Amino acid sequence: MDLDPQLYEGMPEPVRKAWERSLTSGRAAMSRRRLLRLGSLATGGAALAACGIPPAAGSRGGNEPEDTPDHSKKERVLNFANWPLYIDVDDKNKKKRPTLDRFMRESGIKVKYVEDINDNNEFYGKIKPQLAAGQDTGRDLVCLTDWMAGRLIRQGWAQRLDPARMPNAVANLEDRFRTAAQDPGRQYSYPWAGIACVVAYNKKATGGKKVTSVSQLLEDESLKGKVSMLTEMTDTVGMTMLDLGIDPEKFDGDDFDRAVARIQKAVDGKQLRRFSGNDYIDELSSGDIAACLAWAGDVVQLKLDNPDIEFAIPESGYRFATDDLLVPAKARHRANAEELINYYYDPKVAAELTAWVNYICPVSGAKAEMEKIDKDLAEDPLIFPDARTAGRGKAFRPMSDKEQARYENKFAKLIGA
Amino acid sequence: MSAPAVPASAGAPPPSGPEPHGSGSSGPSDGAVAGAAARPRRRLTPYWLLLPAGLWLAVFFVAPFFYQASTSVQSGSLEEGFRVTWDFTNYTDALATYAPHFLRSFLYAASATVLCLLIGYPLAYMIAFRAGRWRGLLLVMVIAPFFTSFLIRTLAWKTILSDAGPVVGVLKSVHILDVTSQLGLTGDERLLATPLAVVCGLTYNFLPFMILPLYSSLERIDLSLHEAARDLYAKPATVFRKVTFPLSLPGVVAGTLLTFIPASGDYINAQLLGSPNTQMVGNAIQKQFLNVLDYPAAAAMSFILMAIILIVVSVYMRKAGTEELV
Repeated sequence: MDLDPQLYEGMPEPVRKAWERSLTSGRAAMSRRRLLRLGSLATGGAALAACGIPPAAGSRGGNEPEDTPDHSKKERVLNFANWPLYIDVDDKNKKKRPTLDRFMRESGIKVKYVEDINDNNEFYGKIKPQLAAGQDTGRDLVCLTDWMAGRLIRQGWAQRLDPARMPNAVANLEDRFRTAAQDPGRQYSYPWAGIACVVAYNKKATGGKKVTSVSQLLEDESLKGKVSMLTEMTDTVGMTMLDLGIDPEKFDGDDFDRAVARIQKAVDGKQLRRFSGNDYIDELSSGDIAACLAWAGDVVQLKLDNPDIEFAIPESGYRFATDDLLVPAKARHRANAEELINYYYDPKVAAELTAWVNYICPVSGAKAEMEKIDKDLAEDPLIFPDARTAGRGKAFRPMSDKEQARYENKFAKLIGA
Repeated sequence: MSAPAVPASAGAPPPSGPEPHGSGSSGPSDGAVAGAAARPRRRLTPYWLLLPAGLWLAVFFVAPFFYQASTSVQSGSLEEGFRVTWDFTNYTDALATYAPHFLRSFLYAASATVLCLLIGYPLAYMIAFRAGRWRGLLLVMVIAPFFTSFLIRTLAWKTILSDAGPVVGVLKSVHILDVTSQLGLTGDERLLATPLAVVCGLTYNFLPFMILPLYSSLERIDLSLHEAARDLYAKPATVFRKVTFPLSLPGVVAGTLLTFIPASGDYINAQLLGSPNTQMVGNAIQKQFLNVLDYPAAAAMSFILMAIILIVVSVYMRKAGTEELV
């Protein structure tokens, strides 16, 4: 279909595509199908055929600021969905969240903070029906890993943010995060934290042996039955690719299969105990798991509680991702969300948050602030990686939806489900 | 069969009841009218009583059933939408890829059901016949685990059964783990992440569903039947075999069904207590639905699971008989 070029001027390619798609398979297409459904319901026998699940991008809400009326001025509230243990809490009173409480006091915005994201795909399954129906998900700000954030952006389910309302974020975002493949130019999303996937091990459980590579996880006989990998496909497969010398930023289908075959061998040989989400933490600490793939922020925290926990950044490199904040389509309080993003991009606040969360901080200037809070953390390569370490972190290249489905399917079979 | 039988002019009471109205002038016509008014109402009563459950089933079972049936023969992707193409490869693919999972689900659920019966029957028997005034308390204790969430209880087992924990320590020292690993139920001197742990988790989680129906059928047995059997010189074992057990069969059937059916669809136990080699079909369906987002495949797998359960259960019911299943 011919579109006036002026209409999509300045839009990044994926956004423009999503936008075009909505015009060709949007509301109009929907209603025709609905009509069909009514007709064949009457004929009875063909009723089954009339059902069907409309395309995900079928009835999107629109992602331009003027598409969704913003109620931020009248309603000083913000519904913020995040992962568990992903914000600073007061040591004495776990119900108090110092940086968030200060934001509420200063801005007068009441933040309803809910920790209901446990898995990207699972959360997507939860909010997708509302998004597909063009409804408000009840969440104004969500935190999703880059590839999933990209999926929402591609489908037109994220609202474009107004840089003028977030001067801190625009000024302080570290340069290396500005050109993210899923959101070039950062029009829709800003990183909350960066996550490195590394190898972690329990010294006591390995008998003092160092575990420094994925090869060792998959093949070292002495670790048999005491190794876990992550249910996050991009991390587990990405780390294995790196170990095989494949760049996860530009792999192809064969590369993917090779990595999966390698892990499959370890599954069949009962080398791998299980694939886990965040719940590897307890087992690594107790020694049921001797060595595993782990997220760096978890490791920093675990080390504080259990001196036996060690980590290693494999020589072959490591997987790096960001968890990005974005405003879902039809959310009522975009301006409030922008205010919160801006607040967390103040280096002082960012340092305070990072001192507790221990994930990689995307805010430049935060390291200097961190030195005032905790010198050790400011020096920790898992939180403020030096240029060389940062350079070894590899993203998982964006995948088309079809590819994504195919890879997730192979991975699901691999992890035994 | 409805109201037109009642002539409005006859002055009969609106269908509010057959009680006589006015003075003693209850002619034969009057009585007939009252009867005609009452009969349709009485005939409709069962339907009214069925209505809530019927509506519930229609909305939450029949409609989803057809929706799922339709989903299972669709093809496409989430982004492009799914369309009905009568694509039965969803079924053949699911069977080809996930046959081991179906088999595992069946085996694990069946083992857990047998274990539940072996553990639950003596307990239910004890509560029903020997507990005396402790009966109420014991029943509460059977149900008590339900006060905590299913998930938390299963997670607790991870701590209890951990590799360096006391349970594994004791089992190792008495060499039970050697026996189970010979049987292929465990391996590498541990319990977690083995088939045994999954079966035990299922047994633990579904045990109350076995005990309660067993208890309710045992408890109704008339104790004078036991006396009569003893009067006829039956030994205790014979009393149990000839009297108690046959009378408790409805409880056994209900209990096994209530255990087997949900256990074969369960995925939490395999997820938390198992390994990649012990995943059940529930895990596969969950992954297809939530992670791969391939709804047709997930729907087809659910249908296959339903079919398997239906076949197993109907064979079982045929054998066990359901006349007394009350």
